[in-house]
Amino acid sequence: MSSRRNFLKYSSAVLLGASMATSAMAADPIKIGSFLAVTGPASFLGDPELKTLQMYVDEINAKGGVIGRQLELIHYDSGANPQKAVGFVKRLIQRDGVDLIVGGSASGETMAVVPEVEQAGVPFISLAGALAIVEPVKKWVFKTPHTDRMALGKVYGDMKKRGISKVALISGDGGFDKSCRGQAQGLAAPYGMQIVGDESYGAKDTDMTTQLTKLRATDAQAIMNCGFGTGPAIVTKNVRQLGIDLPLYQSHGVASKKYIELAGDAANGVRLPAAALLVADKLPDNDPQKPVLVSYQRKYEAAHGAVSTFGGHAYDGLMIAVQAIERAGSTDKEKVRAEIEKTRGFIGTGGVFTMNANDHLGLTLDAFKMLEIKNGDWTLAE
Amino acid sequence: MFDQLLQFLITGITVGSTYALVGLGFAIIYNASDVVNFAQGEFVMVGAMSAVWYLGVGLPLPVVLVFSVLTTVVVGLALYKLAIEHARGASVVTTIIITIGAAIFLRGAALLVWGKDIYALPHFSSETPIRIGAATMLPQNIWVMVVTALVVYLVRHFFDKTLMGKAILGCACNRTAAHLVGINVPLMLLTSYGIAALLGAVAGLLIAPIAFTSYDAGIMLGLKGFSAAILGGMGSSMGAVAGGVLLGVLESLGAGYISSGYKDAMAFMIILLVLFFKPSGLFGRKSAERV
Repeated sequence: MSSRRNFLKYSSAVLLGASMATSAMAADPIKIGSFLAVTGPASFLGDPELKTLQMYVDEINAKGGVIGRQLELIHYDSGANPQKAVGFVKRLIQRDGVDLIVGGSASGETMAVVPEVEQAGVPFISLAGALAIVEPVKKWVFKTPHTDRMALGKVYGDMKKRGISKVALISGDGGFDKSCRGQAQGLAAPYGMQIVGDESYGAKDTDMTTQLTKLRATDAQAIMNCGFGTGPAIVTKNVRQLGIDLPLYQSHGVASKKYIELAGDAANGVRLPAAALLVADKLPDNDPQKPVLVSYQRKYEAAHGAVSTFGGHAYDGLMIAVQAIERAGSTDKEKVRAEIEKTRGFIGTGGVFTMNANDHLGLTLDAFKMLEIKNGDWTLAE
Repeated sequence: MFDQLLQFLITGITVGSTYALVGLGFAIIYNASDVVNFAQGEFVMVGAMSAVWYLGVGLPLPVVLVFSVLTTVVVGLALYKLAIEHARGASVVTTIIITIGAAIFLRGAALLVWGKDIYALPHFSSETPIRIGAATMLPQNIWVMVVTALVVYLVRHFFDKTLMGKAILGCACNRTAAHLVGINVPLMLLTSYGIAALLGAVAGLLIAPIAFTSYDAGIMLGLKGFSAAILGGMGSSMGAVAGGVLLGVLESLGAGYISSGYKDAMAFMIILLVLFFKPSGLFGRKSAERV
């Protein structure tokens, strides 16, 4: 018994010594906190985000870290549950003592933790979509993904170019769908659009021909669908089935190869706004984003399979944070926050970011590309 | 105007046919054992998802259809053998709770085995829409309607004309009496689970080319099928079929003429009204007649 206790004492002393030695060799690591929906219904967001963060933290560390210090990623799985997210953020700030937070896959969890980070004064870069995250501007909160207002702006802009002014809306009944529909209604007047039909469907509905038959009876010049999952694919098939030859627009909610696979031939001719990442290899060589996109895509696909734009948002968030720390030359929270706000012309996967005190997103409509599906693949419509 | 109505009806009858098949599955098990099998929607999912899997392995479509129906029937039989039979003597409510648990288990197992992706089955025949006046329908819609009608006819024939079908109905009337006249009650119950699983699988295979499938596709279809059975009258097989078609048509007409926003709410409201004024369902026998 006593020999065992001695062994424990000895080995722990050795361990302690070893850890003191390593910490003496390098300065304390920079702690980057994260909470992501890695499992659960929103795992298609959180899973590629976490993989991206881990991949690039490892890469940055291998190259010697940031301002001479290694990065340490501390992450929790929130499952897109706002309550859990608040708990994890408290833990990140109080117990783990993180220097900044990059995370929050869904809009609900992001909004839930905003009061926490604002009160504690920790720079926070969200990876969620809602416009409300950065409007009104909150001192410590930033985000990297496009908003649905930008998506609808892009869609209406494209419609205008094609001489369309009357649009029929159809949308699912989920949170994303409703928010997208709200933007479609709100932006109609500023873009000179008239909404002549407004139908909805359930997320698990098996047929939308009834709603589309009603829309066909209107004088709409185009159909806009807000939704993701099976709904938009069924809508696409039903539109073709009913012989409706109006242009069909989808939101960025369908911006994955799965949609084309499900809708099949019916998807040809469908237009949607999406991040340039989907068409990285089809961009002109002089596009400033191309090298960034191609490099991210190659790296991610070599390790984990097909890229999604969501992982790209995590890349953007991490890089904006790292560059801000480099410019600040320290992890002083106020300095880092100020430097994030001064991000100018950062070329990310989502677009070219230029933030200021009134804009904590920093993307313009150019960040979205208008895509058209041709022969079962994405093409640039512009 | 008439064209629109025609289109709404085509949609309603197609969707309603799948509700009818699921509802019929509910009614068969209920008829044999007074139990509402809440895993019925999961049979639909297992049928479609296993078909996707067999297709992925590279089998031709006809073989895939047969294999996936067999797979689902095996799942149905296993559900009875492994879970329901062990709870023999338990109350009806307990057994119903077991089926709810089984539904959750099947959903979880499907998630583990096949992942959370959405899949599509190929259409049985061409995808070129058929025009009927200004309305259109897919060949798959015809497949859904015709196969449903055929299956319903066969099930009806089975219960009305065959000894085994009558024996299953006998179990429903009075289990002890059935046992006393030499009917193998557990075997009859096992058979009814098998048939219910078969019906679910057929519904899944018919609808998956139109509506896709995923590990959780059974929830909504199960709910709608249950509503169909309730609407038609739980104890009546043909009532469940009529209830399903009616529910599909009402949904479609409601979405078409009133508002698509309240489509599901309207369907459920109609069911509530029916239950309020005719608790046994539209085609159900009076409960006093049930022993």
